[in-house]
Amino acid sequence: MTTVTADLPASYLTKENSIASWLLTSDHKRIGLLFFASITFFFFIGGFAATLIRLHLLNPAGTLLQPDMYNRMFTMHGIVMVWFFLIPSIPTTLGNFLIPLMIGARDLAFPKINLASWYVFNISGLFVLFCLFVGGVDTGWTFYTPYSTLFANGYVIPATIAVFINGFSSIMTGLNFVITIHRLRAPGMTWMRLPLFVWAIYAVSLVMLLATPVLAMTLALVALERWMGVGIFDPQLGGDPLLFQHMFWFYSHPAVYIMILPAMGVVSELVSCFARRPVFGYEGMAYALMSIAVISFFVWAHHMFVAGISIYAGIVFSLLTFFVAVPSAIKVFNWTATLHKGSISFDAPMLYALGFVGLFTIGGLTGLMVATLSIDIHVHDTYFVIAHFHYIMVGGTVSAFFGGLHYWWPKITGRLYPEMWARVAAIVTFLGFNLTFFPQFILGYLGMPRRYYAYDPAWQVWNVLSSAGASILAVAYTLPLFYLGWSLFYGERAGANPWRATGLEWLTASPPPQHNFPLTPVVRAAPYQYNPADGSYIAQDGSINA
Amino acid sequence: MRSLRPEPQYATLEQQTETAQLGMWMFIATEVMFFGALVFTYFLYRTQYWEQFRLAAQDSKLLLGAINQAILLTSSLTMVMAINFGKEGRQRLLVLLLLATALLGLCFLGVKGYEYFEDYQSSTVPSLNYLLKPGHHPPTELFWVFYFIATGLHAVHLTIGLGLILVLVWLAQRGRFSSNYYSPLEVVGLYWSFVDTVWVFLFAAIYPLGRAAT
Repeated sequence: MTTVTADLPASYLTKENSIASWLLTSDHKRIGLLFFASITFFFFIGGFAATLIRLHLLNPAGTLLQPDMYNRMFTMHGIVMVWFFLIPSIPTTLGNFLIPLMIGARDLAFPKINLASWYVFNISGLFVLFCLFVGGVDTGWTFYTPYSTLFANGYVIPATIAVFINGFSSIMTGLNFVITIHRLRAPGMTWMRLPLFVWAIYAVSLVMLLATPVLAMTLALVALERWMGVGIFDPQLGGDPLLFQHMFWFYSHPAVYIMILPAMGVVSELVSCFARRPVFGYEGMAYALMSIAVISFFVWAHHMFVAGISIYAGIVFSLLTFFVAVPSAIKVFNWTATLHKGSISFDAPMLYALGFVGLFTIGGLTGLMVATLSIDIHVHDTYFVIAHFHYIMVGGTVSAFFGGLHYWWPKITGRLYPEMWARVAAIVTFLGFNLTFFPQFILGYLGMPRRYYAYDPAWQVWNVLSSAGASILAVAYTLPLFYLGWSLFYGERAGANPWRATGLEWLTASPPPQHNFPLTPVVRAAPYQYNPADGSYIAQDGSINA
Repeated sequence: MRSLRPEPQYATLEQQTETAQLGMWMFIATEVMFFGALVFTYFLYRTQYWEQFRLAAQDSKLLLGAINQAILLTSSLTMVMAINFGKEGRQRLLVLLLLATALLGLCFLGVKGYEYFEDYQSSTVPSLNYLLKPGHHPPTELFWVFYFIATGLHAVHLTIGLGLILVLVWLAQRGRFSSNYYSPLEVVGLYWSFVDTVWVFLFAAIYPLGRAAT
């Protein structure tokens, strides 16, 4: 089989190499790498804030940071991690790089808009850095009114401008993906032959497109109210502060699914490839992704059970939230069933993927607990909630991001990473993560509120455990920088298809040439045609590989 | 004349044209959510304070709003005619009608500016010059807050549309459009019609509905 591409002269990396050829590129693969540089930078900024928070909480009296600085740190941690790392993480890097390759296209539909998205992202990043350096914000990443509009003394307006501009980047990238997947699929690439990663990016892009504008309007209203003193959310002037929460969560709950859906796509690719089995219930997996995307728009008020909404609204939103568990559970069961009778190899990407499934399950089940009215009244705004959503976002999304990064690293760079080190990093990530966040479930259950600067000394042991875990996690997240960086120069050359995987992206050279495929591939097979019995597989172009 | 070849990611020019239009439709969907959030809050508060909103809306300038409605609907007509002439390759008429559309857009902005001036004179501009009239309560100011945010954002969109139309004029004069290639006309036309449609909704929500007793 493999390829059409054995003797291509230059890859996308080497075709042109001036600085301008990178900064003005319209190649989706290069733009993916540009985004990768930007979000890595912000990941470490957000991580730095988290480090300070965990160090501070080693001591019940909290001695490291002044109270006001502590508030600014957890706010910055939230803003940076949510909008500058998690939301763009998988879509803008792996999504940008892989979507055209996976559907057999030469580029995204609108390459210039794709590049513009990166510039807009960085402009919004400058605003957030400005905000950080002049003194930060202390509202929490949620900007709740009337605190943010009337009382907060931080730099709320620059922060809202940063997030507002960031939304344009989300929209441009999401729009590009939706249109590309609709219009640029290779011949034979029907909807039911799309790899699940493509389905996931499609679902997430729709959510980005329909939810982000509402956040933009909400934050514009907050900034305007703070600047001009008009009373949109100010009860003294007739405004309703609760309306802000409704509008904010109308975006920000779907935003959680913006973070997790691409991760689910990545994990489906990994589990299937390393178990050498077709994804169990492919169609169900695709529909589950889409139904999670749709249901995500009807659950927002579960963030507001104790904010003063009516008990009947609470019951309805609680029930609607339970509905999300159905497609989510379908996914977990199907990943597990995919493993059944598979021929499993525990390479680093698979370790990350299996870690994802376990951590996502814990995060998801505790999600049902906090969606239950009677439990939520007790654990609302405690560390239980913090632990719950970190299991989804860090345990889930970040694990999948690292798994996907390792899996496609040979395709992106043309080099293999050192497997031993990568396995160590994957295992240390899993252990460090659990040590960091499992104690927080206990802390929350015991009643420790989130965002507090000091706490009851009885809780110190769990906080110390959590901080110890955070230091392990920090090592695990820094480790790949070194060995992946090393592999860029000294790694073994990867062939076109080092994992013997079925997707179209593995049919072209590693790294791929400028326009991906010399000839547009024709798709003749469903994805994931692995045979665990003899290790053979059928690639999506229909070629049989023993 | 420039040779007509699609960009590398497209197989045919036709595919490229249709994709560009689909992209604009998708963008319009995001815009609907953007304005939708604002209109939703407007109606929410109008339901809550309908009496105060009715009092406030009586100071809105119905005549100027209606004139602007007529101007924008006419501009949609000239825009559609421009696209049709572009498709037929009739350059002079294309440029003429694009200029007419731009001129109507400018008229709209002029009338809108004058309306803002009158609003200022009647002390209905929140945070700059706002006087609570006898019998009015603070929620009347909310009406004006939404009025200015909504019409202001609409004006921003219209200005962007004007810019796009001027780019089209420039391209048309360089002979870029023909019966084979007119995709930018369609795409900008979609955007322009969307901006007009937003005004149709804003006009209805602010001027006549605002005045209505229930």
